[in-house]
Amino acid sequence: MPDSNNSRVSLTLASSLESVDKVERTAESFAANAGFDEDTVPNIAMAVREAAVNAILHGNAYNPAKQITASFEATSDSLIVRIADQGTGFDPTTVPDPLAAENILRGSGRGIFLIKAFMDEVHFRKLHPGTELTLIKHRAPAQPAA
Amino acid sequence: MSMKVATRQVDGITVLDLSGRITLGEGSVTLRDAVHDVLAKGSKHILLNLGNITYIDSSGIGELVSAFTSVKNAGGELKLLNLTKKVHDLLQITKLYTVFDIKDDEASAISAFK
Repeated sequence: MPDSNNSRVSLTLASSLESVDKVERTAESFAANAGFDEDTVPNIAMAVREAAVNAILHGNAYNPAKQITASFEATSDSLIVRIADQGTGFDPTTVPDPLAAENILRGSGRGIFLIKAFMDEVHFRKLHPGTELTLIKHRAPAQPAA
Repeated sequence: MSMKVATRQVDGITVLDLSGRITLGEGSVTLRDAVHDVLAKGSKHILLNLGNITYIDSSGIGELVSAFTSVKNAGGELKLLNLTKKVHDLLQITKLYTVFDIKDDEASAISAFK
């Protein structure tokens, strides 16, 4: 269950597709409540969805014994989302460039690219075990604080 | 919420009218199965109408690419019709906009098949 107040929500969820949808919906409502505009909110929700997919599909490999955590925080200048899995970890520098000619027709491998396209900062941190992605979207100067 | 597919024939072209979300799981699988069914029935000219697709994620984009490749490898042609702004933008970002043959008018899309 979410532990929430006006500026922070934290979820611990099973490794399932239903959890992906829940994280996405939470991101959408949290970003909207934090004051992000209607063009930016869907992009944030998509980036967070892709991060959740990576955590559940590639990190935890749908292992029912493993969970993901998703935390959402709104500050005066940013939205900060952290998605963590309990998988074996991975090296983000090994992810092939999906825009390269040799990869353009691949049927997968665009998730991290889209996360980086829609967020202002993306950080990877190795856990023991697992990986934590931190996604940050800065507020536009004219946007009001949450 | 999940994706739905309606199939119709127009001048020998199979038109798949897609609606809903193409995302990891059911939506992507539904699209894959629909394209494979068309190819299995011997039709190789497919027009994917995306006008009622409300959402697509990276898995869905990958499924569009896989469909394009499957049809091409079978000696056929797959075109996209009626992209929403969101899908259009995603194909631009991922540089797939020039890979697909994209149309915004069904009649001209149908006549563009060789």
